[in-house]
This record gives sequence, structure tokens and C-alpha cells, in this order.
Amino acid sequence: MRIPPRWSQAGAVAILGTATFVTVMVLIFIIAFILQKGLPVVRPSFLLDFPKDMGKEGGIFPTIIASIVLPILAILIAMPLGVGTAVYLTEYTRESRLTQIIRFGTDCLAGIPSIIFGLFGFIFFVTTLKMGWSLISGGLTLALMILPTIIRTSEEAIRAVPSVYREVSYSLGATRLRTVRKVVLPNALPGIVTGMMLGIGRCIGETAAVIFTAGVSLRLPTTIFDSARTMSVHFYILAREGISTENAYGTAAVLILSVLLINLSAYGMMHWIMSKRS
Amino acid sequence: MKGKSASLLKFQIQNLNCFFGPNQVLKNISIDILPNQILSVIGPAGSGKTSFLRTLNRLNDLFPEFRMDGKIFLDGEDIYRSNYDVVQLRRRVGMVFALPVPLPMSIYENVVYGPRLMGIRDSTRLDKIVENTLKSAFLWDEVKDRLKTSALRLSGGQQQRLCLARVLALDPEVILLDEPCSGLDPISTAKIEEALALLKTKYTIIFVTNNTKQAARIGDRTAFFLMGELIEYGPTEQLFTVPQDKRTNEYITGRFG
Repeated sequence: MRIPPRWSQAGAVAILGTATFVTVMVLIFIIAFILQKGLPVVRPSFLLDFPKDMGKEGGIFPTIIASIVLPILAILIAMPLGVGTAVYLTEYTRESRLTQIIRFGTDCLAGIPSIIFGLFGFIFFVTTLKMGWSLISGGLTLALMILPTIIRTSEEAIRAVPSVYREVSYSLGATRLRTVRKVVLPNALPGIVTGMMLGIGRCIGETAAVIFTAGVSLRLPTTIFDSARTMSVHFYILAREGISTENAYGTAAVLILSVLLINLSAYGMMHWIMSKRS
Repeated sequence: MKGKSASLLKFQIQNLNCFFGPNQVLKNISIDILPNQILSVIGPAGSGKTSFLRTLNRLNDLFPEFRMDGKIFLDGEDIYRSNYDVVQLRRRVGMVFALPVPLPMSIYENVVYGPRLMGIRDSTRLDKIVENTLKSAFLWDEVKDRLKTSALRLSGGQQQRLCLARVLALDPEVILLDEPCSGLDPISTAKIEEALALLKTKYTIIFVTNNTKQAARIGDRTAFFLMGELIEYGPTEQLFTVPQDKRTNEYITGRFG
């Protein structure tokens, strides 16, 4: 009656292997499809020229700049808040009703659709605080959006630091702050950076929250109070309004390649930090 | 100051009871600890040896479910009174843990972690501290050419001696050792014992061990703990040759534990 272990083993390998294969193939297919459609238009001039005729002609230079500046702004705002919250929750408070409520709150925040963040950002930052459509409105909105991710990943990373390290640090006469700075945070760094990269990835790809807050201006922003159009918003508008399918795919290809580049360089950076330490 | 206190008691522990949540781990312990001696604390696993040790530098405070009553005096001062400076206490009462735990930084940085916290910045002074303490821990010759490499690359025995050096760098008065040789080979163990025998002229050493032979070898006095109670306490020779309690006799002759 029982299935021989050899068969069940082979069955498990087949099922799990297929699942992995399908996942990887879908990923490769999407990337290959976009690159195949988009790469032909990606030339140096496409990257460095200003768009002409609403993006029908010319390049995407200002949208690249906006896609670089906006995540940086969001990260600069979200990292201190997020890591600070994570340190507070893990090192400065004991598990209690309050921490459970905070954690539940951040989880809820993580589940809110980005369009809601966009709407909130529009009402609060753009109109109520009179920041207008601007990089700073967009940056603040995106910061709120990625905050839960950063808090949760940082918290996990901090909890994973062996408690003996803390005990050793305290036993050597360190204060709590010193222990956090010298022992806890350096050891949690890989996890914290992972959370940051996830955040950057979400910011770069985000459209709904950005279109309402940073606006759609095709001019090159000179200050963070200027409106600007990111690559993903540009792609959305080109495709939605039927302005230029070729340029839409070209923008998408650049977007995918830059996300890839960011992940690779983050991976390389982590590798470098770890090898320096051990 | 160390000279003056040499004639007095270093630690006085009176009616100490400790609890982790509902479990009482130490029951009515009273013990006087003499300076410049090695006190061996023996007993089977779960007898409260480690909890006892960790009350002396208030490291149990890190556990939210820890409670205690009774009094502990260090040089006549109650270390559990409110507004007592715990950071200062931990500098005076250093600790070596059961498993070697070098912090994930270089050998040099591990040793100067404590001194830096005390505000010593002068690099020649730090260099001197590193050399002296590593020599006292019998580690200097093995690592002097690679002080800047990661402490995680050392062997277990070397790591434990590094942990000893790191404690010595605090210039403490008391050194607590929690089964420091439990994971070490006989040669590393011998080196640690050798270092301790020399160090007791300067420090008061409290040494928890599972190994009764080791306790007999290096302890001036020995305390035997069982199920959270202090069964017997006295000069090592006396405790090992004419134990007063039947349970002590059974433990040291290897009938249980």
C-alpha cells in the first residue's frame, strides 16, 4: 500500500523542480520580452536627450534623473525613521500590548494599495501642506509607503543578531546605545541593507503613488520642489495615451536594466563589506 | 585601593534568592568571597552556578523575567541598590563566557572595546593595553603579527584566551569565568589555568566549572551548588578531602552529576 521511498522522493523532486523551473522561466520570459521590444530604441541619445513632442520623439533623460532622485529622497526619509523604529521595538521595549499594536499597525500599512498612498500624498502633501506636485511630495509619500518594509526587515535583522553579542557588550561595560551602535547595528547591516534595496526597488517601480504626488512634468527638475516624471510614470503615460509604443518599451527596458544594476551593485557591496569584516 | 581592600571581603552575599518567572533558581545563598583568591564553583548542570555568577555583575538584569531578593555587597557597597551604576559595576567585575564569543571585529578591536568605552583614545596607550593583556592571557606570541585580522579566524582556545584578554583590558577587580574551558582542548585548558594562577595575585577570580578535578587544581576555595542551594563552601583541600555533607562527597567522587 505504501509508496516506496524511492518513488516519493522522485515525485517530490519532479514537483518541486517543475515549480522552480516555471517560476524562473516566467521571469526570464518577461525580461526577455521587454528587452527584445525595448532595446532596439535604447541608444545613448535615448538616454541623454530630452523628450520631444510629449515623448513621441527624443529621449528620456529627465525621467531617468527623476527616477534616481525620488528613491534617494524616499530612502533618506524612511531609513532613519524605519531603522529607529526597529531598534526601539527590539532593543528598548519589551514585548507588550504596545509593541504588538505598533507591529500590527505597520503590517496593516504594508497591505495598503499604493494608490491610497498616492491619494493621501496628494491630499496631504500636495494640497494641504501646499508642496504642490514635486519631488519632495513624491519622496515623502514613497517614504511612508516603504516604511513598513524597512521596519519589518530591519527588525528581523536585529533580532537575528545573537544575544550573546549583546551580553558580551554589556558585560564589558557598554551602555545600551553603545551596544546598539557597535554590536547590534553592524551585525544587522546585511539585513537592513536588504530591506533598503527592497524599498528602492518598490520606489523605482511605483507609478500610482508617484503620478499623484510628483506629477508628470517632462522638464528637468532643478530643485526637489519641482515636479518631475519618473520612468515608470513616463512608461505608463506613453502606453496609456498611445503616444509611442516603441519609446514605452524602451523606457521599460531601461527601467528593468537599472533595477538589475541596483540589485547587482547592492549584492557586490554587501559581499565587499562581509569579506572586509571576516 | 586594591591593596587596602585585600584584607577585607570582596563580595558579601546575604540570603540571595533568584527567580526566573515562577522558577526559583537560587535558594537563600549566603557566601563571603575573599580577594585575591580563586573561588571554584562546582555543581551539576542546572544547579544555579551560572545564575549565581550573573547576579554578581547584574547581567541577569537583561532577562525581563528575572527577580531577586537578598543583598550583594561589593567592597561593602550594595550593588542592587537603586541608582547604582551598573556600567561601572561591569567594568569592575569582568566576565568570560562559557563559549568563546569574540565580537565580529579584529583581534585588536576586541581587546580595546572596553578601554574605548572608558574613553581611552590615545593609540600608544591602547597598543600597550593590547600587548599587556594578550601577554597575560598567553596569547600574544600567537597573534602579535596579525592583530588587525578578524578574531573569528582564531581557534576556539585562542578565542577564549582573547576573551580573557578583553576582560583584563577593563582593568577589573573581579573576573567571573563561566565554565570557560568547557569547549576547549586540554592544551588550551592548561594555558587558561596557567594564566589564572598568575592573575589571582592581582584579581579576585570566581570560576564556575563542571570539572571537579579542575576545581581541585586551581581553586583556593570551593563552593558546591546543588538544585539552587549552596551545599558546602570551604577551602578547596578541605572540601575535597573531608567533605562535611554527604551530597558533596557523592558529587566529587563522581556518584552523580
